[in-house]
Amino acid sequence: MTQTVFAPWDDPNEKPLIRFRGVTKRFGEFTAIDDLTLDIFEREFFALLGPSGCGKTTMMRMLAGFETPTSGTIELSGQDIAAVPPNKRAVNMMFQSYALFPHLSVYENIAFGLRRDKLPKAEIDARVLEMLKLTRLEKFARRKPHQISGGQRQRVALARSLAKAPKLLLLDEPLGALDAKLRQATQFELMDIQEKTGTTFVIVTHDQEEAMTVASRVAVMDEGRVMQVATPEKIYEAPNSVYVADFIGDVNIISGKARPAETGTFQLHWADAHAPFVAASDHAFSDGQACHLAIRPEKVAISSERPAEAENAVQGKVLDIAYLGNLSTYHVELSTGLILKAQTANTRRISRRSFTWEDPVWVSWTATAGVLLGQ
Amino acid sequence: MNRLSWFNATSLTLGFAFLYLPMIILVVYSFNESKLVTVWAGFSTKWYGELLQNESFLDAAWVTIKVAVLSSTFATVLGTMAAYVLVRGGRFLGRTVFSGMIYAPLVMPEVITGLSLLLLFIGIGLDRGVITIVLAHTTFSMCYVSVVVSSRLMTFDRSLEEAALDLGCSSFNAFRLVTLPIIAPAVISGWLLAFTLSLDDLVIASFTAGPSATTLPIKIFSAVRLGVSPEINALSTLMIGIVTVGVISASLISKRKSVRQQQEEQAAARAA
Repeated sequence: MTQTVFAPWDDPNEKPLIRFRGVTKRFGEFTAIDDLTLDIFEREFFALLGPSGCGKTTMMRMLAGFETPTSGTIELSGQDIAAVPPNKRAVNMMFQSYALFPHLSVYENIAFGLRRDKLPKAEIDARVLEMLKLTRLEKFARRKPHQISGGQRQRVALARSLAKAPKLLLLDEPLGALDAKLRQATQFELMDIQEKTGTTFVIVTHDQEEAMTVASRVAVMDEGRVMQVATPEKIYEAPNSVYVADFIGDVNIISGKARPAETGTFQLHWADAHAPFVAASDHAFSDGQACHLAIRPEKVAISSERPAEAENAVQGKVLDIAYLGNLSTYHVELSTGLILKAQTANTRRISRRSFTWEDPVWVSWTATAGVLLGQ
Repeated sequence: MNRLSWFNATSLTLGFAFLYLPMIILVVYSFNESKLVTVWAGFSTKWYGELLQNESFLDAAWVTIKVAVLSSTFATVLGTMAAYVLVRGGRFLGRTVFSGMIYAPLVMPEVITGLSLLLLFIGIGLDRGVITIVLAHTTFSMCYVSVVVSSRLMTFDRSLEEAALDLGCSSFNAFRLVTLPIIAPAVISGWLLAFTLSLDDLVIASFTAGPSATTLPIKIFSAVRLGVSPEINALSTLMIGIVTVGVISASLISKRKSVRQQQEEQAAARAA
């Protein structure tokens, strides 16, 4: 089976749909976006992820035309859009609050943008019907927004923003108001609709799981800067900084000094009384350079004896056990006071659990399990 | 139901008495047979009949309604525009001065407002009549409208306007198609407020009215100075009746609407 992998960002001939070039946005003294350069490609599902106040919403509002950059340019299909007002952009936005017009029916809400383009009535009817079908809202066309449930409102908002077939759809925390179960179902629905319509989606979210689920690429942002842009796997497996590693998922950070070992591996001297850890790294570290080993809890094994072939192993005692049903996370305290998290799948019933509080245990991992980070 | 404690019962009685006793007396005496207002001589509706024969009262009533409709309409348009600029305009040159001036008539003594308008009309040589009263009433009631409308606009979800812009509206169309229909209840109550303010204004109207146009409050006030006549009681009763019917029906309509909305929302939540 030959399936081409969707990765336009790796193709140097591909022209990006959106280019941020050195974009800075200041509100008075406050710098919301700091010299940002970023490409987003056609048909991408691009996620802007970060804590609140990191500038992700400002970026989206600049794309929609509600804010203008203080300096730098934003291009859409090769055209600088700074001077184009929101009502003239081939960009539509789905608002966090949905912003459905309460005085109009579901049908009229979806038709709103089409009517502004003065399309013939038959065309509007056909397009609205298509959108109602796409979002499974046919039954609710005549209802007013207050007569439908939260999940249905979310779909109306999506249908309305897609009705004009924009080049780019912006989604501002689109699932924030839904409960956990509905949110998961809707994430898959969003991906499905994105694939069907072939529209480029840019989604703003603070929920890392949501970003990982839906996006083709994720930009992790902090204080107006993009820390890393990569596919969800790369962000998770190969974060480029402690910030990204820590922001996405759970992670153990062990700080120390690097010492080059055999090719491609480094020793991490993390405590005087302990043997150094070994970690593989593509990046070169100089002798004695401060660095951090980031390692995910599920890649750390826990055992009662020292595993014979383990490249890294250290002893400690069980401090805490977080039972999550399918998984258990063990917090293991080392003699230096450092606490490492090790996660295991609960393939056995809990009564057969091998370790309990205060038990002396070994935690171990391979040289390639973690990432060595300079900052 | 809890029985009222003696304290609550007293409060209630006092409240009702202070609010309604004067009006009840007025209504009762409007049906008095006698010409003497303070002596009861049996039930009669003859004063209502005479009222309808009294041309000068009818003329004044017609002028009052004309002034009230025109001035409250102008005030609503201007007041809504002012509120919109103040809430949405962000920072612009002269904003502080503008917002100060728009609220000035709320605290300014009516006598001063009336006097300054009188001086203005004399200064520009405008003959006093219906037009000057309309202008004067527009001036002082537009600030009430803008207070009502701007408090609604402050709670208005800004993203609704942005959504309209995003979907291709010009800013004027976004206002016309989205903002205005949603804030309509506030605009309507602003209009009603301006209407009633104009209806019962005596001070400013007496400064700006001319011999050609007299409003009902001026007419009643000058008639009462010659002695209270049962005719005026009848007229006042009619006005109370009209206002009461208006207020009660307005509150019934809005109550029914909110009850229905609540039921529909509950139904939608259950269906989900």
